[in-house]
Parts: sequence; C-alpha cells; structure tokens
Amino acid sequence: MDLSFTAEERAFRAELRDFFHTAVPERIRRKLREGLHASRDEQVESQQILNARGLAVPHWPVAWGGQDWSPIQTYIYQDELQQASVPYPLSFNCAMVGPVIAEFGSQAHKERFLARAANLDDWWCQGFSEPNAGSDLASLRTSAKRDGDFWVIEGQKTWTTQGQYADWIFVLARTDTAVKKQEGISFILVDMKTPGVTVRPIQTIDGGVEVNEVWFDNVRVPYDNLVGQENKGWDYAKFLLGNERTGIARIGISKARLLRIRELAAMERMGEGRLIDDPHFREKLVGVEIGLKALEMTQLRVVAQERSLPRGKPNPMSSVLKIKGSELQQATTELMLDVIGPYAAPFFTDEELEGRNETPIGPDDAATAAPMYFNWRKISIYGGSNEIQRNILAKAVLGF
Amino acid sequence: MDFDLTDDQRMLKDSVDRLVADTYGFEQRKQILKSPEGWSRDNWQRLADLGLLGVNLSEDQGGFGGGPVEMMLVADAFGRGLVAEPFFATCVLGAGLLRHTGQVDHVAAVAAGELLLAFAHHERHARYDLSHVTTSALQTGDTWEITGEKSLVLHGDCADKIIVSARVSGAVGDEAGIGLFLVNAAGLARRGYPTQDGLRAAEITFEATKAEAVLSLDGFPIISRVVDEAVAFLCAEAVGAMADMHATTVDYMKTRKQFGRAIGEFQVLQHRAVDMLVQLELARSMALYATMMASDDDAGARGKAISAAKVQVGQSARHVGQEAIQLHGGIAMTMEYKVGHHFKRLTMIEKMFGDTETHLRRLAGLGTAF
Repeated sequence: MDLSFTAEERAFRAELRDFFHTAVPERIRRKLREGLHASRDEQVESQQILNARGLAVPHWPVAWGGQDWSPIQTYIYQDELQQASVPYPLSFNCAMVGPVIAEFGSQAHKERFLARAANLDDWWCQGFSEPNAGSDLASLRTSAKRDGDFWVIEGQKTWTTQGQYADWIFVLARTDTAVKKQEGISFILVDMKTPGVTVRPIQTIDGGVEVNEVWFDNVRVPYDNLVGQENKGWDYAKFLLGNERTGIARIGISKARLLRIRELAAMERMGEGRLIDDPHFREKLVGVEIGLKALEMTQLRVVAQERSLPRGKPNPMSSVLKIKGSELQQATTELMLDVIGPYAAPFFTDEELEGRNETPIGPDDAATAAPMYFNWRKISIYGGSNEIQRNILAKAVLGF
Repeated sequence: MDFDLTDDQRMLKDSVDRLVADTYGFEQRKQILKSPEGWSRDNWQRLADLGLLGVNLSEDQGGFGGGPVEMMLVADAFGRGLVAEPFFATCVLGAGLLRHTGQVDHVAAVAAGELLLAFAHHERHARYDLSHVTTSALQTGDTWEITGEKSLVLHGDCADKIIVSARVSGAVGDEAGIGLFLVNAAGLARRGYPTQDGLRAAEITFEATKAEAVLSLDGFPIISRVVDEAVAFLCAEAVGAMADMHATTVDYMKTRKQFGRAIGEFQVLQHRAVDMLVQLELARSMALYATMMASDDDAGARGKAISAAKVQVGQSARHVGQEAIQLHGGIAMTMEYKVGHHFKRLTMIEKMFGDTETHLRRLAGLGTAF
C-alpha cells in the first residue's frame, strides 16, 4: 500500500501540465477560469490542439487514436486538464458516441466517424432524454420504423446540450414495441441537416441557452446508420454511461474553482480584514477541501480497481463519485456566490460579457457567480440523477 | 500508487480477523466487560501469542516489524469487534512513545504481553491542546520528581508503568520544555472508572513521584507524532465500527418486516442506507490517507492529513451512527444489540485527540487542508 506516484507518473504529470499551460491559449483557459463558456470555435480550437498531440481521446482503442495508458495515467490526465481550465474534449464525441462506435459500430462507421469525432470535425449531440422519459429513460417513445433501406424517425428529444452547434445526433429510438421496454430500443446516428429535424433552444435559469428540444418529423435516415444490432441500443447506452466511471467526479474542476475562490476572497473586505481571513469563511472553505480530498482518495481507490474490471462495465462505486462529486462542485458555486456577495446581482448575457468595453461592475467574476450557481444545479440531475445513483448503489452494492 | 496488501499483511489481517471472530462474539464481549478489569487477560495473551502486541515494533525489539498499514488492519478488526483490551493505551500510545524516544528497554516486555502501559498526558483544562501541561518535573541530583494531576488516562487503572508528560521549563502552553518520564504505577494514587464505550480510564495524582527513567526532555514533537499515529489508528477503528454497523443495518432491513414487507423494500430507507455507504466510503478513504501519511516526517503535512481525516471520520461516524440506530428503530436503543455499542464507541472516538470542530478549526487556522 503506497500513496506516492512513481517518478514516471510524476514526469507524465509535469509534461501534461506544461503542455496544457503552453499549448492551449490562455485566452480560452482564462474564460473557463472566470466562469465563462468556451464558444463553439474555441471548443474546436482547443480540442484540435489536444488531438494533434493525441490528448483528445486517450481512453479510446489505440487503433482509433487512443493511448495505451494505465488507469492512473488517465486519472492524472483528467486532473491536470481540469486544473488547467482546458475545455474538456466534447463529451458527446469523446466519452459517448466515439467509444460506442469503436466497440459496436461497423468498420464503415469507424472509418467514417471516429477520426472526425476525435478532431471535432463533426460536433455530436445526444438524443436520449424525452419530455416523458427522464430518469426512466427506457420508457422513451421516439420511434424508428424501417422503410426499405431507411429508418423513419418520429418523436421529440430534449435537454440536448449544444444541439444548436451539432452536425450529428445519436438517438435512442424505439424499434420494437412488443417487448420489454429495454429490449426494443436501437442506437441510430442522424445527420442534423436531414429534413424534418428541428432544433428549438431552451433558456435555462442562468439565462443561457445551452440545451435544446430536438424534433423529428418524418426524418428518413439510411438503415446503415444503425449502430450494432437492432434492439440492443439499451446495452450500448449502458456501456456509454459505464465508460465514464472515474472522470465523473470532476475533481480537477473543483480544485480549479477553489483556487479561484481563494484569489477573489483575498481581494474582498470583511470587517477589518479580508474575507479569506474570516474564520467562518475559512472553515467553510476548508470543509469543502476536506470533502474533496476524501473524494479524490475514493476516486483513486476506484481507479486502482479499474485494472480488474472489464472495459465498459460500470463500477457501482462510481455512483459514489457522482453523488459526492456533484455535491462538491455545487458547494464551490455556493462559496463563490458568498465571495461575490451583493455583486452577484447585475445580469449580463454571455455576449455582453465577452464583447464588453465597459468596466465590469463589482469584483472580477461577479457576473458569472450567480449564473454558475444556477446552472450547476444541473450536475446532480444529469447523467443519472443522484437519486438514480442511489438506486444503483442500493441494488448493486447493498443488494436491495 | 497502490492500495493492495502484501502477502504478509493479508496474513496478518486474516489472523486478527479470525481472533476477533473467535473471541469477540457479542455474548463473549458482554462477559468480558463485566469482569473486574473490564477486559480479558486471556485475550491479551492470545494477542501476544499472535505477535499482535508487537505489530508496530521492529523485529529486533521482539515485534512484527509492521508500520501504519499493519496498525490499520488491527484497528479495523478491533473496531468491528469492539475489542476491550488495552491495546490502544499500551501499544499505540505507550510503545509508540517508547519507540519514538528511542527508549526501547521495555518494548520486548510489551510485545510479550508482560507489561501494560498508559500515557498520562491530558489535564483538566487542556481540552485538545497538547501543549497544555502544568504537571511539573523537578530534578534533584540524578532523580526527577513529578507533581501534578493527570486526567482521562486511558487504561491508566491497570497499567504497570505510566508514561507521564511534565513540564521541565517554560510556561503552560509552551511546546518547548515538556518532558516525558516513565513512572512505576505501583503506589500511585489512581482513581479508575469505566468510560461510556465500556473501556476504562483513570485520574492519576503525582505527588513528588520519582521517575524511573527520563524518556525525553524535549517531548512535544514526539507526543505530537504519536498522537498523529493514534488518530490514524482511531480513524481506522471507527471505519471498522461503521462498516459493521452498516452491514448489520442493511441485513436488518432485509429481514425486518412491517406493513407486510421487508422495510428494505422502501426506497426512502434504501436511499438512507446508501447515504450511510457514501459516508462510510469517504471515511474509509480518509482513514487510508491518514494511514499513509502517519509516518510522514514532515510534521506539517502529516498534521494536515491527520486533521482532515479526523474531520471526515468524525462527520461520517456521526451520520452512520445516528442513521444505523434510526433505521433499526427501538432494537438499536437497547444494550442487547451491538449497534448501540458501536454507536457509543464512535461517539467517544470523535471526542478523542481533537473532535471534528477542533480539527476543522485547526485547518481553518492554517488556511487550507491541502
């Protein structure tokens, strides 16, 4: 039993840190550090820089651009990437559809899609949730009916993150209504330019437009856009979710947020001194740090178990990481809101903030504190809400 | 980075787990606690025979040659079994102090089960301040005489020799000027009593008591180090206790029927059992962290890790303990059921060597837990 990293692992960390800080433009990383979003172009620019160095999809099979890394190396990569405030390679491409195509797709799919997904030449989005299929995803009703060499898709998806930027969407659609709900779902790839696909933005409580409704009205796509076998889509969806079993805690992001909170708290007045020296504030800050340390040690335990688990099989302990990781990310937004105080009030859109010529109102990052607090409430809801994670743990670990 | 046990460590774990299973059934423990000393000399000899009393001593000191990981394995098993023998007082604190002062004359006797030790350090108004020592040590010729009152001395009632901290110079609260002395317990004024968790402690008065040996005249760094090791041990013990309580609770939920079905079928209760699991795993992670940092020579880094672990374990212990009782209902309120005993032990662990609030405040004072 030994907590220390090997000399090779430390060198690996240093090399990545140096690359992320020098190769990825500071103007992009600063935006993330200050709580702003990377634009579509910036996301593409950043991911292409990573991809050129083999760092966009390291967990993919080596044949398709992955690195043959140990679980520890993958952990170090995530930690450094997040701490450097580098935009995470687009999850829909890199963590979701890419691994599914690499594992279950045809050779033609792999050749057509994988390299473009890794390089963000194609922007993918996710067509899973529906208005009446949230946590109970398997009850989805969007249908795909075969018509010769085509699928005809009808229905509505929702919460489609960055669907407005997307070139392609991967859709879970019902292809058999006569069987158990999990056994009649297929995984189909749809070009967003196909006639009948309509995207309608949804404004969220932070004021931003990040998610969308996507409508499918008599959408005809080639039969070959089916991934794997008909009616096996639920298994692929589970594989997709199981793939992201250690990065889910996003510890590096919380570390970066805490660093920023410290910087700003050192500039704010509290009584005769600075907020960062206020004992009550410090106890709250340290309390989050302790939780983060406990989470990181738990993550390392899960990483260590990776060696003995088959690829794509979910580790139920990753549900612990999701629950605690989301709570801590949300706690950092509460702390930031405390730091910014009354200057959380002024509201500006992203466009206004990015193009601003006027002096900002209040402390640095004031304009993003409340939107981030509002927006990050989503973290305990998406990717399997924390209540679903508890159901998983109750069943898989406690045997209820 | 490696969380695996070595073959030797796995064997140690198997043997201590088996010993606890064989000798610490609930009824057996109840009888042991009722005995005059509150623990079993037969069990103590068994621990000695298995080499467990020297687990943290080097092989040439008659020990097992283990370190923090070996201590964690023992602590975890003792936590599950609620072991009452004075292992913590004698081996973690007592032998730990002897080892770190380099005064190893008596450690072989500890390992053989022939010598019980206790650490008389705490004083009435010290709270959790390790440098609050008013007990004095005066040198006359070659001998040192100790005068003062020590409180809450764990297993101080049965110890053969007492290691006592006493001020050689400086003022109360100074880290410098605290000596460590070995005193023969025979003839000391000791008032022994049971503690809430079924263990024993004593108030001890020293009145110009002659020290048998000087262990150190600059004892604070050693005390601080041994207390850090002790907190790591307590964290692992608490995790063992929590794990047992949690498993018992989940089993109970699967068998206890109300409203015509097992109460474990109710989702609201399942989620509470899951939240206990989350707290248990976070505590386990931090107990591992404390174990791996317990022998770090950098006192600053070590102290931060130990404090962070004590905070997480304290918070987890309170959550898991209270929920274990609530999910059981009335049965866990009785002395007839093990969960309540674990709850009592966890509550006392939280109050030992700095409670949750104290360690949180300490880290806040330093500005960071990292």
